[in-house]
Amino acid sequence: MADPVPLPAPVLRLDAVTKSFAIGTPVEVEVLHGLDLTLERGEFVALIGPSGSGKSTLLNLIGLLDRPTSGRLALLGAETTTLDDRDLTRLRGRSIGFVFQYHHLISAFSAEENVAMPMLVDRGFPDDEMRARARELLDRFRLAPWAGQAVTRLSGGQQQRVAIARALAMDPALVLADEPTGNLDTKSSDLAFDLMREINRERGTTFLIVTHDPRLARRCDRIVEVIDGRITSDRPNAAREGESA
Amino acid sequence: MRRWLPFEWIAAIRFLVEGRMQSLFIVAGVTIGVGVIVFMSAILTGMTTNMMRRILNSQAHIELVPADEVARPLRGGDPVITLTTVQRPTQRVKSIDQWQSLREVLARNPEVTHVAPIVSGSALAARGSASRSVTVVACEPETYFEIVDLPGNLLEGHARLASDGVVIGTDLARELGVTLGDKLRLTSATGAGVTQTIIGIFDLGNRGVNMRNVYVALRTGQALLGLIGGATALEVTLTDVYAAQEVAEFIQTATGIEADSWIKTNAQFFTVMKTQFTSNTAIRVLVALSVAFGIASVLVVSVVQRSKEIGILRAMGARRGQILRIFLIQGGVLGLVGSLFGSAMGMASLVAFHALLRNADGSEFFPLVLDWTLPAWSAALATATGILAAMTPALRAARLDPVVAIRG
Repeated sequence: MADPVPLPAPVLRLDAVTKSFAIGTPVEVEVLHGLDLTLERGEFVALIGPSGSGKSTLLNLIGLLDRPTSGRLALLGAETTTLDDRDLTRLRGRSIGFVFQYHHLISAFSAEENVAMPMLVDRGFPDDEMRARARELLDRFRLAPWAGQAVTRLSGGQQQRVAIARALAMDPALVLADEPTGNLDTKSSDLAFDLMREINRERGTTFLIVTHDPRLARRCDRIVEVIDGRITSDRPNAAREGESA
Repeated sequence: MRRWLPFEWIAAIRFLVEGRMQSLFIVAGVTIGVGVIVFMSAILTGMTTNMMRRILNSQAHIELVPADEVARPLRGGDPVITLTTVQRPTQRVKSIDQWQSLREVLARNPEVTHVAPIVSGSALAARGSASRSVTVVACEPETYFEIVDLPGNLLEGHARLASDGVVIGTDLARELGVTLGDKLRLTSATGAGVTQTIIGIFDLGNRGVNMRNVYVALRTGQALLGLIGGATALEVTLTDVYAAQEVAEFIQTATGIEADSWIKTNAQFFTVMKTQFTSNTAIRVLVALSVAFGIASVLVVSVVQRSKEIGILRAMGARRGQILRIFLIQGGVLGLVGSLFGSAMGMASLVAFHALLRNADGSEFFPLVLDWTLPAWSAALATATGILAAMTPALRAARLDPVVAIRG
């Protein structure tokens, strides 16, 4: 992107990030070898690669669920590797939304309450505003009739849409999705994907989607491939370029 | 979602409601435990209170008596001669030296509520050919009846003691076949005698006292026992009955007069009470432990079952402290709810047993004492136990690594 105007800080910047795991001291195995990656605002990126390539580890680092062994990781221009657990948790709650393969909704709560949950966690007490926000998202995701339902009574597709709505509740800068449609039939999968695309265009939310599904990857703007802990390819998706400009 | 409830409470209550089977079982367990404690403690308190009331019905908290007479062999002169036997002198009935001024000194002590002089000694109560040995207690009604509530325990008549009146116990009246208005001749060991009219018959709830004690006016007793102007004992009551021993020791050191507390004179009763109290405490501790383990085990299972949800909550920004509190609250709520049901159960069974369980003569088997501080205490204690028991599982939940938890 050759833009002469100075841009605001990227949503995410990884500098020479490595990650090692101790598999019985002193033996350590490095699974990520010095990764550089920058995600700009409004990007819709697919992260692909074979199983065991380090995608999930990378996603956990980006999601601030884990810390890199070395290197730097800045979220919205702020360095995160120096933050303590408490600040990291707060930053994660406010700036990052998660969508998992298995929706992982909290079964003791209704659909609406699940969507409101990140706001409740952040603010401590329930209020009308978070309820309204949850309603708005559920409406948007065509889930309004099920708002008060226990999430266990929703279909798989509906549950995943609730999970996406929940990830968007705090209006995060970055949404991380780990095989968001891996568990859904084509129709539900398309609907979930379209919703994410819509939000991406409307709000400028950056999406990073881990997927094995080439069909899905082809519909993203940029495809990053990780093999054996290294980024082996990072290219704009030519097929989508005209459409998403 | 109630707007005044914080996130941790909402989550804790929802988790408990969702796992209602587990919650129900453990609440039932806590209920039984607390119920047993409340029931047992109430019975024990009732019985002890009752026994203490019976003892203190006819007895002051502290009794001051003249020091024992001792033989003091005269020494001197020849150091070679040693006495091998020193006979203990017989103890005469005698007055406390300077009892009037001692009484004033005692009355100034803030812990002392009443001081009453009495003259007491043995005598023979005779009616026609029947006679019984009795203990004559001669007192000033206005002070002494503040200590021993004789007027309140009268079956018949009154207790306004004048020079020729006597109040006797119900058992003695039956033995001698006398009733109100009859004459009774009291003869002391020295041969002095007075004839008194029975003006009241009491029942102090203690057969020995009912059989043995007769109450007359102080002057009558002084004349009968040959102690004009004297007092054989000063009876003292205190604001705190349990402080009797310390106060008695203090008085003894300060005045040189022998002071016996009711605690010392009823040592056996206190030993029994202490034993019961100790076993009661042991049972409480054991029940509290089993309640704690029950709550802990339920929450440990819950943490394992919910580890994915905990991971998700952490991913969406829940801090460790919040997760910790969710589980501590669950422990506290389980303890509190169980203790409320348990208190109700304990109280209900207390009332039921009180109504059903009777002595052979129809009197109550144990006195019903519904002490409302007991449920309050057990609720507070059970809640604290619940929170403490939840500590291990809650810490475990708070320390879960979200990465591991979510992957499952």
